[in-house]
Amino acid sequence: MQTLIFILPELFLSLVIMSLLMIGVFIKKSFKLVNLLTILSLIFAIILVINQPSEVNIIFSQSYIIDRLSIFMKVLTLLFCMFVLLLSKDYIKSNGIDKIEYPILILSATLGMILMISSYDLILFYLGLELQSLSLYILASFMRENERSTEAGLKYFVLSALASGLLLYGCSLIYGFTGSTNFEIISINLTESNTGAIFGIVFVIVALAFKISAVPFHMWTPDVYEGSPTSVTSFFALVPKIAAISVFIRFMYSPFINLIDQWQAIIIFLSIASMVLGAVSAIGQNNIKRLMAYSTIGHMGYALAGLATGTQGGVHSTISYLTIYLVMNLGAFGCIFMMKRENIFYENISDLSGLSKNHPTLAFSFLIILFSLAGIPPLAGFFAKFYIFMSVIEVKMYVLATIGLLTTVISAFYYLRIIKVIYFDKPKKPFDKNYDWGLKGSLILSSLLILTYFIYPSILTKVVSLITIY
Amino acid sequence: MNFPILSAIIFIPLIGSLFIFITRGSQKNIEKNSKYVAIFTSLANLFLSLFLWYSFDVSTSDFQFVEKKIWIDGFVNYQVGIDGISILFILLTTFITPICIVSGINSIKFKIKEFLIAILIMETLMIGVFCSLDLLVFYLFFEGGLIPMFLIIGIWGGPKRVYSAFKFFLFTLLGSVLMLIAIISIYWITGTTDVIKLLDIRIAQEYQHLLWLAFFSSFAVKLPMWPFHTWLPDAHVEAPTAGSVILAAILLKMAGYGFMRFSLGLFPLASDYFTPLIFTLSVIAIIYTSLIALMQDDMKKLIAYSSVAHMGFVTVGIFSITKQGLEGSIIQMISHGLISAGLFLSVGVLYDRYHSRMISSYGGLINIMPKYAVVFMIFTLGALGLPGTSGFVGEFLVLIGIFQKNIIVGILASLGIILAATYMLWLYGRVIFGKIINSDIKKMEDLNKPEIYIMISLAFLIMLFGIYPEPLLNTINVTISNLIENYQINLNYHLTKIIN
Repeated sequence: MQTLIFILPELFLSLVIMSLLMIGVFIKKSFKLVNLLTILSLIFAIILVINQPSEVNIIFSQSYIIDRLSIFMKVLTLLFCMFVLLLSKDYIKSNGIDKIEYPILILSATLGMILMISSYDLILFYLGLELQSLSLYILASFMRENERSTEAGLKYFVLSALASGLLLYGCSLIYGFTGSTNFEIISINLTESNTGAIFGIVFVIVALAFKISAVPFHMWTPDVYEGSPTSVTSFFALVPKIAAISVFIRFMYSPFINLIDQWQAIIIFLSIASMVLGAVSAIGQNNIKRLMAYSTIGHMGYALAGLATGTQGGVHSTISYLTIYLVMNLGAFGCIFMMKRENIFYENISDLSGLSKNHPTLAFSFLIILFSLAGIPPLAGFFAKFYIFMSVIEVKMYVLATIGLLTTVISAFYYLRIIKVIYFDKPKKPFDKNYDWGLKGSLILSSLLILTYFIYPSILTKVVSLITIY
Repeated sequence: MNFPILSAIIFIPLIGSLFIFITRGSQKNIEKNSKYVAIFTSLANLFLSLFLWYSFDVSTSDFQFVEKKIWIDGFVNYQVGIDGISILFILLTTFITPICIVSGINSIKFKIKEFLIAILIMETLMIGVFCSLDLLVFYLFFEGGLIPMFLIIGIWGGPKRVYSAFKFFLFTLLGSVLMLIAIISIYWITGTTDVIKLLDIRIAQEYQHLLWLAFFSSFAVKLPMWPFHTWLPDAHVEAPTAGSVILAAILLKMAGYGFMRFSLGLFPLASDYFTPLIFTLSVIAIIYTSLIALMQDDMKKLIAYSSVAHMGFVTVGIFSITKQGLEGSIIQMISHGLISAGLFLSVGVLYDRYHSRMISSYGGLINIMPKYAVVFMIFTLGALGLPGTSGFVGEFLVLIGIFQKNIIVGILASLGIILAATYMLWLYGRVIFGKIINSDIKKMEDLNKPEIYIMISLAFLIMLFGIYPEPLLNTINVTISNLIENYQINLNYHLTKIIN
């Protein structure tokens, strides 16, 4: 019974999911209520997570870990899940997908991610992953009548199932060659001579790379981002990335740490390929959701660069990068949700034309967010990249650093292109102005954080530096 | 003195821009208030910086008014301070900014509020560049300037503004990211990015060349040196007048300042090694871009190319590593700041009235705009380095410096003065003298009041420093001696180490 205290947030979330299902079934037209309760329960779950003891606890016969990394990542997951729900309320209503299943599926995906973040055992990890993935497949195709959405869901399902298969294969190889599914025992039994297990690691990395959409396993990202309802796209771009990066860190630095020479080269390759492809492919895009997909690929490349260093500082830089990335993307999707004329949402970059004339404040926030995504000082995005390159250069990976910084120049181009459309082009018809407070608040919060981050950058680094990998 | 005067000078414009940002009310009120706020802030900053100059101690080469605060935990401190070199550039910035603001108010027709915000933020960043005594803080200010400048060119610029704004942004960013790598590398090599400490640490010779090249890539694009100058004519031509003035008068000087402070100060061995490269590029810049300037029919383009040539003198002077050369470069930068500002404003005056920058559109202006003809003449003579203008002092000192070091470079650079005289006088002759061919320009009015004020103040300083450069030389004297001394000591240290 004692150990149950450690999984209070998880228990709470599962109970909420079930009771919300009941409410949804028995009360008619209860989307509003369910949505509100979801947001409230997320806030409560955050409080529960924060109150967990920060020393390392491994429970349930060494299969579930509560440490600073998992607490930090869980807070991020729950927090941004809440923000995404706040952002997309208006969109969900206007597009007729305001069904009770929507928030409930989001909650169950979040629960899956939380399980993944804390898992210290291959089996538990796989269960969390599948809970998350199954919810996400449905969410991607949530706009049932829309062909694109259905296509996105199917595509995501097929490719993701393939990745899950690879993951399972890798897991079974690791189990076969190390004799356990427990991370600690795996870590002890993994040695250079254990060739079979190395094969297993490669398969696991492929599956993880698929989850964070690193090149060359990124193929699904643009299509799924473009096809899914924007509310789901914003969820895809933010929340699953936290869990995936967190699991990536956990795998590389906990069970696989002994084989760092083997996986380091793979991660460096993934990182460089993602940075380059993300920067180059985004240039030709006209659909802003598709552009965000490529931008995400690029950003994941930078996050991986921090991981590739194999040092504690590298992990910290990745976590800082991820946090700032989330804040920036929250703002970016906030802006995308505001591209609405007479209740129809627009997705093309050219629809933003002359935004600065009609909506000066919105244009200004978009400006800040885009420059920050491009990594121009003194905005937060610069510091994110700075932390990464600090740790990369520390271990003397000059090639990785140079390629990474050169791709920031290339990627600056497509962010500038949006700014050009917003600020330099002729105005079109104005967008609707009836934003709800959740959307407005999140956008303002995100732009303010980005803009004022430089005043006191230690605030994030201090928190992150407390995290140690067990 | 406990009052953080440097931080005040850096951040007063930013606070001013915040005030402008929050002004609300009718369109007319907003415009009126933001104009007042902008002029007031920039003038207040000018007086504050004059006070700074007054209380500046010229007898020491140490950094003064140093402020230090913990910024990024464990990595970087926010550190600012000035020496004889920086104070002149700060003065230049605080002097040019009000001029830009007045000129902008006079000629910009839309989004005036946003324009003033951009200019004031620009001022903060530019002053920050010249004050910062930490590499990362320097980089932050150096790069941050891209955002407002991109917007100034892109929003208020001419017909090809988008292309120019992109070119400016991407060129500069590409140069600068390499500098960022170098800065981070320096942190890991020496354990600090504090410039005061770094000036005492001798960076090991195996790193120097690469680090120098990384810094060079950033400064060479910004200065700009041939062959990295191609963004400059485009940006200058398309930028609004105030934007061109800021670009020519201050942004280009950041690179010269960087060469002096960082390339010479931190990497003496590499600077010595790469001096021939700098000389070659500079001489090509002086002669080649002067020849190109001769052939321009767009006035702004002509002045832009002449800027590249003038900056060639600056780099020649800096890398001559003689007292006269370095002093000459600084005076050349200050004087080019004033003169190019004047020239761009002069072109702006014509453009506001007739909307053409082509030389062929004008001719015989002396009959229509006599006051204009006078100030334009002063700026022209300054640009070609006539004795009695500040342009002469700078070029003359640079030539004295370079003749001590390398006669061939000296002779080739001197050719630049003749070429400058050719293209500037020819420009002046075609625009001001001759018959009035184009009857449309007869309706053009002479300078209005604000224009007269800013032109006179610029012309006055150009002539003042031409006749009496003592205040400038006096300020930089000790700092320059110390810089050269340190450079020689460090260089000898490295050279003896290599020989042994």
